[in-house]
Amino acid sequence: MFLTWLNLRHAGVIGMNRRNADFILRYNERSLYPLVDDKLRTKQLAIAAGIAVPQLYGVIEIEHDIANIPNIVRDYKDFVIKPAHGSGGNGIAVIIGRINERFQYNNGSLLTEEELEYHISNILSGMYSLGGQPDQALIEYRVKFDPLFESVSYRGVPDIRTIVFRGIPVASMVRLPTRLSDGKANLHQGAVGAGIDLNSGMTTRAVWQNRPIDIHPDTGSVISGLAIPHWNKLLTLAAQCYELVGLGYLGVDVVLDHELGPLVLELNARPGLSIQIANGKGMEKRLEYIDHLNKIPEKAQDRAALAQSLFKAEN
Amino acid sequence: MRQLHLLFLTLLLCSIGLGLAVYKVNTLGLPLTASKQTEVWNVEARISFKAKPDSGVKVSLPLPLNTSGYTILNEDFVGANYGLATEQDEGGRVALWAKRRAQGKQLLFYRAVIFENDEKVADSSKIPSYPTVPDYPEHFLPVIQGLLDKSRQQSADTISFAQQVIQQLNATAPAPELKLLIEHINTSKNLAKEISWILAGARIPARIIQGLRLHDGKRYSELETWVQVHDGKQWRTLNTKDGQEGLPANFVIWQIGDQKTFSVEGGTEISLQFSVAKALRELVDVAESRAILKGSRIMEFSLYSLPVQTQNVYKVLLMIPLGAFVVVLMRNLIGIKTFGTFMPVLIALAFRETELAWGLGLFCLIVGLGLLLRAYVEQLKLLLIPRLASVLTMVVLLMVGTSVVMHKLGLEMGLSVALFPMVIMTMTIERMSLAWEEVGPVEAFKQGAGSLLVATIGYLVMNIDELQHLLFVFPELLLVVLAATILFGRYSGYRLTELWRFRALAKR
Repeated sequence: MFLTWLNLRHAGVIGMNRRNADFILRYNERSLYPLVDDKLRTKQLAIAAGIAVPQLYGVIEIEHDIANIPNIVRDYKDFVIKPAHGSGGNGIAVIIGRINERFQYNNGSLLTEEELEYHISNILSGMYSLGGQPDQALIEYRVKFDPLFESVSYRGVPDIRTIVFRGIPVASMVRLPTRLSDGKANLHQGAVGAGIDLNSGMTTRAVWQNRPIDIHPDTGSVISGLAIPHWNKLLTLAAQCYELVGLGYLGVDVVLDHELGPLVLELNARPGLSIQIANGKGMEKRLEYIDHLNKIPEKAQDRAALAQSLFKAEN
Repeated sequence: MRQLHLLFLTLLLCSIGLGLAVYKVNTLGLPLTASKQTEVWNVEARISFKAKPDSGVKVSLPLPLNTSGYTILNEDFVGANYGLATEQDEGGRVALWAKRRAQGKQLLFYRAVIFENDEKVADSSKIPSYPTVPDYPEHFLPVIQGLLDKSRQQSADTISFAQQVIQQLNATAPAPELKLLIEHINTSKNLAKEISWILAGARIPARIIQGLRLHDGKRYSELETWVQVHDGKQWRTLNTKDGQEGLPANFVIWQIGDQKTFSVEGGTEISLQFSVAKALRELVDVAESRAILKGSRIMEFSLYSLPVQTQNVYKVLLMIPLGAFVVVLMRNLIGIKTFGTFMPVLIALAFRETELAWGLGLFCLIVGLGLLLRAYVEQLKLLLIPRLASVLTMVVLLMVGTSVVMHKLGLEMGLSVALFPMVIMTMTIERMSLAWEEVGPVEAFKQGAGSLLVATIGYLVMNIDELQHLLFVFPELLLVVLAATILFGRYSGYRLTELWRFRALAKR
């Protein structure tokens, strides 16, 4: 056991306590949390700053407005409903189409309008929000993900999580939904995590259920060696989010739309540590290096480039 | 810098906490372990007499003093309808009972609880001046002169001089010229007083002391008398029979000097009796009484000054920080997931009342049934708050049902289910069913089991009697717990479960 401890220290793996004590508590000001915890505010900020996000169709704030749902989605075949204060992908309903007056869920099941309204009502009452406070429901554009991911995801939307420390991207992974994860993109719920080389934007290796894998468990396609499209743009986008909310230690979730390119899905003030497993590498060295940097480039583009050159040598 | 600050703070907290505790142990004698008892002596003076008709009654009784080696923890006076006053001056302390009219046999009591300690009380009495030579009656003068001269020749200092005098007066075959003097002394029945009277002829300061030997179950009809001689530095005690120096063990001095005397006015058939009995008392009580006598403010502000009911509440409350500390260890050091941060502590508190096995069983029963009902309520698509309220109502009904059924079955422990915090149970059911839906039953059970494990460990720690006693007598030890908690607040090493989580990274 002690040997494992030493090996992990040697590999520069960051633990939960370390992340909280040395990075989140030091670099993330409490007063900024609402900016990322409330997806509506994040979205509004992003739109104002010209950062690409999925289009917002409507917001439902009170129970009474639920009746308004048909009007909001009338023009859209597919859409996503999510709680403004949700976490871990909970409470997100992805509607991929309509069949016989019913809404088709992304796992294939059909929902009546009543059931959809109940789901929204649950969101409003705070079922999915931290601490159970009353919440809002966002209705937004459903991302048509890039065909690249078609072969390596099972339903759901694969997203790219990047840890941004003091505005500089530190590590990246793509999270691929599986049958086990029920279309969700969280590693602990059974999604596949694939590490991405920051410099080239190629997937390196993949982890599923804490074990290294080569092929997707549901689709059977090889995961490593995929080139993420628009990689430089994506990395810059992630770096930009630092200015957007001012959090020093930030998780940025980006989705790739096949028409619109990278879109920021959500930000996270307490991003998880599984990204280290996906990359097969601890983050300690990179974080400490940036921690000791005196000068951080002002432009997001420069910070993304800095990350690419800094961590190229490491591999 | 921050680390240094933290270290300094924890050291400060530890030293205040431990320092206070050490002071209380060493100086006030508070016990470190629970229910430690110590010996005390109950000393009683019993005065009985027959009141003379048609006259007032006045009784005066010299009272014991706090002397070297003994402390009077408390005392009380018993006398039906008697007015009581105590007086204290340089000559000593005295109790005065008075009654205008009394009839028949009268009983008065003085009781003191005396605690033997190791402390030496400095003799505060002033160095006495040399007494003037008394005017001895003419027929004694040459005899006393001769006695003193002879003793002077056979002695080296004040003490051996006094011892010589005592020995000659007590000799089995006294010198013929002393016979008359000895006869005179025997008639006065107060040897010590006569000795000091004779020693005054050589201008040696002497006084008499009276006291009791503490032997369990003994009765005495009078106090023992000793003579004390001042050697220029201190008073030294001599036996009036053989001149041996030093008080016997277990001797408590009742009275110094003879200015105060026992007397009863308006009574006949007077008798005074002393009795001694050994008793056991809680060391904490003794320490408390002593601290008050010493004028220490600490015990005055201790938890013992609160009403007993409040004390019992604090006995439990003081353990909660320990339970919270267990949660800190379990979550930040081990990495066990629980429902809610301090939910396990509250469950552990409930376990204190139900006992562990019953507690675990009842908890699982209620939560299990609650989960079933919650699954049914889920079908009704209720809003969050009404849903929580209905689950709460069901939990209360389940508790009532369990109690009644258990009672019918004759399982009285089942009644203690009423002590479970029902709001906590409701939230546990709600969170568990949410976790069930969102991350699957395995994770839900994992967190449920984690909560119960932490609650069990918390219960085991909070139920250690010794710890409970320590924290109640020395609540300042919570500062040490606080210091340890603060230290863990900066622990940035791995959690035990992370060694497993990141094991794939450790292999490389």
